[in-house]
Amino acid sequence: MNRLALLISLFFAVVSGLAQAGPQIERWQTPSGVEVLFVENHSLPIIDVQVDFAAGTAREPEGRAGVASLTRTLVDLGAGGMDETQIATRLADVGARLSGGVDMDRASISLRTLSMRDKCAPAFEILKAVLSQPHLPVVAFDREKARSVSALKEALTRPETLASKAFWAAMYPAHPYGRHATPESISALLHSDVLAFHAAFYSAKQASVAIVGDLTRGAAEALAADLTSGLPTGSPSPAIAPPSLPEAVEKRIDHPATQAHLLLGLPAAKRGDPDFFALATGNYSLGGGGFVSRLMKEVRDKRGLAYSVHSYFLPLQQPGPFQIGLQTKKGQADEALKLTREVLATFLEHGPSDAELRAAKQNLIGSFPLRLDTNRKILENVAMIGFYGLPLDYLDRYPENVGKVTSEEVRAAFARHVRPDHLVTVVVGGE
Amino acid sequence: MLILLTISGAVLGDTHETQLTNGLRVIVREDRRAPTVAHMVWYRAGSMDETSGRTGVAHVLEHMMFKGTPSVGPGEFSRRVAAAGGRDNAFTSRDYTAYFQQVPSDRLAEVMQLEADRMHHLTLDPREFAQEIRVVMEERRLRTEDQPQSLLFEQLTASAFQVHPYRVPIIGWMSDLESMTIDDARAWYQQWYAPNNAYVVIVGDVDHQAVFALAERHYGPLRARQLPERKPQDEPVQLGMRRLTVRAPADLPVVTMAYKAPVIRDVDRDSDPYALEMLAAVLAGHEAARFSKSLIREQRLAVQASASYDPTARGPGIFYLYGSPSAGRSRGELEAGLRSEITRVQREGIGADELARAKAQLIAGEIYKLDSMFAQAMEIGQLESVGISHRMDRRIIEKLEEVSAEQVREVATKYFVDQQLTVAELDPQPLPDNPRRRPIATPRH
Repeated sequence: MNRLALLISLFFAVVSGLAQAGPQIERWQTPSGVEVLFVENHSLPIIDVQVDFAAGTAREPEGRAGVASLTRTLVDLGAGGMDETQIATRLADVGARLSGGVDMDRASISLRTLSMRDKCAPAFEILKAVLSQPHLPVVAFDREKARSVSALKEALTRPETLASKAFWAAMYPAHPYGRHATPESISALLHSDVLAFHAAFYSAKQASVAIVGDLTRGAAEALAADLTSGLPTGSPSPAIAPPSLPEAVEKRIDHPATQAHLLLGLPAAKRGDPDFFALATGNYSLGGGGFVSRLMKEVRDKRGLAYSVHSYFLPLQQPGPFQIGLQTKKGQADEALKLTREVLATFLEHGPSDAELRAAKQNLIGSFPLRLDTNRKILENVAMIGFYGLPLDYLDRYPENVGKVTSEEVRAAFARHVRPDHLVTVVVGGE
Repeated sequence: MLILLTISGAVLGDTHETQLTNGLRVIVREDRRAPTVAHMVWYRAGSMDETSGRTGVAHVLEHMMFKGTPSVGPGEFSRRVAAAGGRDNAFTSRDYTAYFQQVPSDRLAEVMQLEADRMHHLTLDPREFAQEIRVVMEERRLRTEDQPQSLLFEQLTASAFQVHPYRVPIIGWMSDLESMTIDDARAWYQQWYAPNNAYVVIVGDVDHQAVFALAERHYGPLRARQLPERKPQDEPVQLGMRRLTVRAPADLPVVTMAYKAPVIRDVDRDSDPYALEMLAAVLAGHEAARFSKSLIREQRLAVQASASYDPTARGPGIFYLYGSPSAGRSRGELEAGLRSEITRVQREGIGADELARAKAQLIAGEIYKLDSMFAQAMEIGQLESVGISHRMDRRIIEKLEEVSAEQVREVATKYFVDQQLTVAELDPQPLPDNPRRRPIATPRH
């Protein structure tokens, strides 16, 4: 190899090194039509699999709030001829862990297993049964329903739960994101509601699969094909309607707690929004950057009004909330609320200072490796990319996209997405 | 065990250790899976080292450690870590106070310099203290005053221990926080923040020799100090069952049973703590473990039932059983149910399959832990905090693997006696102006 060729190959090595900020993600479809994203990583003898269905709470039929969560709970409590004890026992025997949950958009089923053949094969067999042959047994339905009611009744005595429920209801009036389960709605659920919900939303067309860890592409393809082979084809879930923006409103709810809980926010941005990087970078300076954010400095450091104060964007299929949250001694709730509104108003008017923007970029770009330094974190990111159909180079281009953001873009993006005339405020407790 | 040894050889760099002349120990594990590093400084001073009237001072000082030195202004510490692309925080326990940063591995020197600076040069400005003590009181309101289950645990601990300082909550009693002064914080800092009372744990994409050199440069110049004498304050033998009730706004009753139990003092010679850990796994280690299967599923006595036991601590140990009864079942019935599970182990022992399952989970858990540098650094730091060398971690796994079914039955008989028991019950109170809803009937199918 002559010197020029060496230089060129070095140049390409450097360039590709820069372009490849994230892990190498591979994408394909199973024979059953399920989208699969895969990251091969042999550094540990672990395999993680996550299957997401478009079966979140936003899909619940009117009057059936609670059915999404109960359905997800039931899918692994008996499947493929095994009862719930057999499933849990066999998983424990090989040290595998099945977990998951439900949010507004997604119902997730995750499996973590060791990669040795004798450990992972039984675990995959169980996951396959859970995906395609769940029993959804009546006995477990009755019991889990009662447990959900107990847990929810307890949660509804807590100021943070009351605040959160009232907040979502006020942000999303007449929209599925604003509906929430109550002890009454769960109690009224019938076993047939779970069967119907499962039949409607747990199909190949509504699924995406993410696989990370100690297996080859070939093995991952075979695994994904096998896991999803028993899924009914189904049809894609209909689009969730976009929410309309609420009128600015302030809700006060009495509570005897020593602290008042404050939430401010509105529906703001969806996944894949072109403003996402400007919003995320700006939010770092406002209230996302932990100890160095403006809200933290003003509310906590200068005045000692709260232990924790934060702001964030939660992008969903449809615009998810921008949210500011804090808790403060009940006698000073109004002072803290006034201050928080001032900090927000100032930020909306002027955007971040040059120094703040620089600090935000330094951290968001510099900390990028920390977002991807475990298989677990890689899985979460890859599953999110797959479920929401984000571009495969989303992670690779993340540092570059943050780096491009200007102060004016932050100000303009916040002006578009965080409009004070639609800002909802909820205060639980206080005097 | 075989799996674990093979893996540690294949993917883990070894763990290396050195001690500086000022007494500071530096422990480095090379893990090159990602270009990041976890850096932690652990001080052997936690709430158990506090004195009456000054409870919570260990945690207050932890907050003040972010409030500046002559060369790094208030809040500047976190700002610099953030600028380096890192995250930082700290935590206080009964046994220790620890500070950490996670940064890209090429920024390790910067955070080390910052930690070394505040190990010796903390300003402790009275105005900063006046603000921060209010923040800590908000933290206590958030985590304890308004959390019925935290109040229950706080009261339980204060009853189970009458002499040993474990009786005190880590965050401190509110009255002590209200009367705390900057001088209390300063005295604490001067007593305990010294290189000979600390150790540094680093896990990540680093070379241990290079890290040792960095540590020498930054921590090496700090001077050792004479440390205060630590009194044992041993808890006297409990002479009978204790029972207490906490009334707080809530809906769900809770029953917690706390049995005095030993912890590991000599990794090789001890055996009971390992058997107790296996017992906890057999009772509540997974979804088909005994509590879940029997109390929640078959009898429908509980909506929640669990067991927990930590075999490592500087002070005395406790084995907890706890749960919440199903609607229509009483706290007394749940307590009887929890007791009957223990009696079953005492009378019939446990199955070989149950024990094998608990061990399989243990080994898998050890491997899963390797996915996180932070988790590895935590494990090393926690072992060291109770005086066990991190080098014993493999030996501890071996000891757990050696536990027999008969040993599990023996410890269930030996330690689960009423004289060693404290029972705490949460008696839920309806919120004022918001009368409790009547129980909702659940139709059967």
